[in-house]
Amino acid sequence: MPTQTPDKPRLALKGIRKVYPSVVANDGIDLAVMPGEIHAVLGENGAGKSTLMKVIYGVIRPDEGQILWEGRRVTVPNPAQARELGIGMVFQHFSLFETLTVVQNVALAIPGEFDLPALSQRIEEVSERYGLPVDPRRLVHALSVGERQRVEIIRCLLQNPRLLILDEPTSVLTPQAVRKLFETLRQLATEGVSILYISHKLDEIQELCHAATVLRNGRVTGTCTPSQETPKTMARMMIGEDLPVCSHGEPDDGGEVRLRIVGLSHATEDPFGTDLRNIHLEVRSGEIVGIAGVSGNGQQELLKAISGEEPLADKHAVQMCGVKVGHLNPARRRALGMCFVPEERLGRGAVPRLSLTENILLTAYRKGMLFSGLIRWGVAKRFAEDCIARFDVKCGGPNSEAKSLSGGNLQKFIVGREIMQEPKLLVLAQPTWGVDVGASSFIRQTLLDLRNSGTAILVISEELEELFEICDRIVVIAKGTLSPSKVTSKTGVEEIGMWMSGMWPETGTSGDAPHVA
Amino acid sequence: MWLKFEQRAEPSKVISYLSPLLAVGLMFLSGMILFLILGKSPVEGFKVFFLYPLKDSYGVAELFLKATPLMLCAVGLSVGFKANVWNIGAEGQLLIGALVGGGLALHFDGSNSLFLLPSMILAGALGGMIWAAIPAYLRTRFNANEILTSLMLVYIAELVVSWLVHGPWKDPDGFNFPQTKLLSAQATLPILLAGTRVNTALVIALGALVAGWIFMNKSFMGYQMKVAGQAEQAGRYAGFSAKRSVWIGMLAGGAMAGVAGIAEVAGPIGQITEHISPGYGFAAMIVAFVGRLSPIGIFFSSLLMALLYMGGEQAQQYLALPSSISKVFQGMLLFFLLGSDVFINFRPRLVRRRK
Repeated sequence: MPTQTPDKPRLALKGIRKVYPSVVANDGIDLAVMPGEIHAVLGENGAGKSTLMKVIYGVIRPDEGQILWEGRRVTVPNPAQARELGIGMVFQHFSLFETLTVVQNVALAIPGEFDLPALSQRIEEVSERYGLPVDPRRLVHALSVGERQRVEIIRCLLQNPRLLILDEPTSVLTPQAVRKLFETLRQLATEGVSILYISHKLDEIQELCHAATVLRNGRVTGTCTPSQETPKTMARMMIGEDLPVCSHGEPDDGGEVRLRIVGLSHATEDPFGTDLRNIHLEVRSGEIVGIAGVSGNGQQELLKAISGEEPLADKHAVQMCGVKVGHLNPARRRALGMCFVPEERLGRGAVPRLSLTENILLTAYRKGMLFSGLIRWGVAKRFAEDCIARFDVKCGGPNSEAKSLSGGNLQKFIVGREIMQEPKLLVLAQPTWGVDVGASSFIRQTLLDLRNSGTAILVISEELEELFEICDRIVVIAKGTLSPSKVTSKTGVEEIGMWMSGMWPETGTSGDAPHVA
Repeated sequence: MWLKFEQRAEPSKVISYLSPLLAVGLMFLSGMILFLILGKSPVEGFKVFFLYPLKDSYGVAELFLKATPLMLCAVGLSVGFKANVWNIGAEGQLLIGALVGGGLALHFDGSNSLFLLPSMILAGALGGMIWAAIPAYLRTRFNANEILTSLMLVYIAELVVSWLVHGPWKDPDGFNFPQTKLLSAQATLPILLAGTRVNTALVIALGALVAGWIFMNKSFMGYQMKVAGQAEQAGRYAGFSAKRSVWIGMLAGGAMAGVAGIAEVAGPIGQITEHISPGYGFAAMIVAFVGRLSPIGIFFSSLLMALLYMGGEQAQQYLALPSSISKVFQGMLLFFLLGSDVFINFRPRLVRRRK
């Protein structure tokens, strides 16, 4: 709890309203953060959290409402002004130059003289004081995601902020790294720094935060003291109903192998990508295998090797339903029964400016939509209507442009499109990333049903809770290599979290010994 | 008060159709201002430029004659443009099409075969495709930018034509003019309407528009090209070949430009000269964009562009203005179109400046 109880809040918002052409992002939001308080802003995606933080940090201007900084009314026209007031922000997506060193990156954000040696020393001081180890001379592209986040935090701390905003800071961290981050944040709070902590992870908020403001659809739906609540009660405030629970069938003894990866090694062309090294994996019909890992450890590269977006020279390395497919393009792999839901929805999983019907055609054209090279639009449209109805996609209809859908609804549409092709092998990346709680649980249940009907499913996700909820087996990817697989019920967050930093026991050949049920 | 451009929630369909009309209107307006500056009566200038060419049925027929190569080139180019394949070299492909088709006719001079004309048309298409295949190969093999390579090939094509008509292909009985023999009647496209110069190339062009419409709206290949143009990553995700899009985009443009070239040689010109095309290949790019890359739009915009060509000739004759005035109008049209297109994605709004 805050060490002192001063009378006036460090930051108070009164009636903040921000309207975009198609949506009211913030609608009369009040918020007060006391000095030394860790204050959670809780809400689903699209609830207006990010907009609110951007208002505070001066990235966007509110249409209505007041901002009071230490009791004084202020306008924050831009981030530079915000930093001058004493507000620092760590964004979810880092803003670092990969080709520069840590100290060079920090120097770019600090006003005043450009004295790198002195700055390096200050970075080391701060990093030691707050337990944020990082070497100022290293190049950013060589840093792990967790280390990059530390650089961002240090960059803020060097300016002695009195309010620090963190946007979903744990989504890129291992459970162990999360604990270290929390220690740092608690230390900052005891020194009187106020912290705004944006998250949708209820257990974290309960562990860390002194107070919480809950947003839904751009409005405040409640404030609470997280330590006196349960995740269930907070979830109700956040989504307006109880958290749905998925039902998981009995693990299957495993059917035929639908995906087999044998000794896959692949050097990436991207200078900042991750090389894949000697990956072995098997996914059988009737099971869900999850790949856990901190982002940027080779997930993208592995997915592209599986989907065929990056065909391989070695055709043996990837096998689907008994066929060697390493050299085949995605269309030919799909013809064998593979379907794939990519991480990026707009621009990869769907074409933004095309209608939903046209987007159905992107991958589902094999379902009777072609006739000697011409498109049977009627069939495609019926498929789209079906998908919209079955997966409860909120949209204007099959003629709506893909980009007019919210992230969660577009995800439901893409997942629906892939599932309705009755795949033998379904590969999904971050299936519920950015999707609201209700829709996520629906997607997870759909995957479980699909597994029960005999589909082989591979899920790559950064959300450990999700993997533990739906997977039969879990493997971990770190630095481009894959750990042995673990039956979900015989492991835990602690062990998988440890493996995520690349430390798993060497048990002869890694990967995929026939699994034990 | 100041003007602010606000992003629209979604691009306005209405504006995307209105924008070419707005551009045409602005072109008329600034054209009249231009006449005024040049010391001519704007009303008179407007009449001479835009109304005189159409004052009789012969004029209307000439309009369709001149619109034919524009239609052909523009519909071919639009296939590529939809897939972000930027073929800037239709002019060169037109010339090589004219050379290959015309060369065939000269080689079989005097033949009475019914196959002569169709083979010439095919040879023209082939010639254009060969010229377009060079940038397509360079792009797919070496990732060389097709904008540069296709444009540079225009100048090479012009020099090849010039060399042939000054040298090996020069008509020996032609009083040393840089031109080939006239094509025989069998190698000339039949006239559609007696008393005019409109020939069967117009039918081919209209057919190309229909084929283009079917390709873009009904065929799976056309759909794949659209995806490749709008979201490259989505195309890769679906497994559509990006290289195939480049090849089809370039070859469609080359083939149609080549047909336009041979249709000029076997039509109104009747022989190969140094002046087969008054820049039809370049003007066709403007035609394609003013026509919103849609075959129906291209039909109308090619008529408009043909009118600009004819108006330029009239202005030269009756207003004593250089014929390049039509290029000025072409430029203004493109300029205003690009300007008007901003309103598709943005909405202007007057706002009070905040303190």
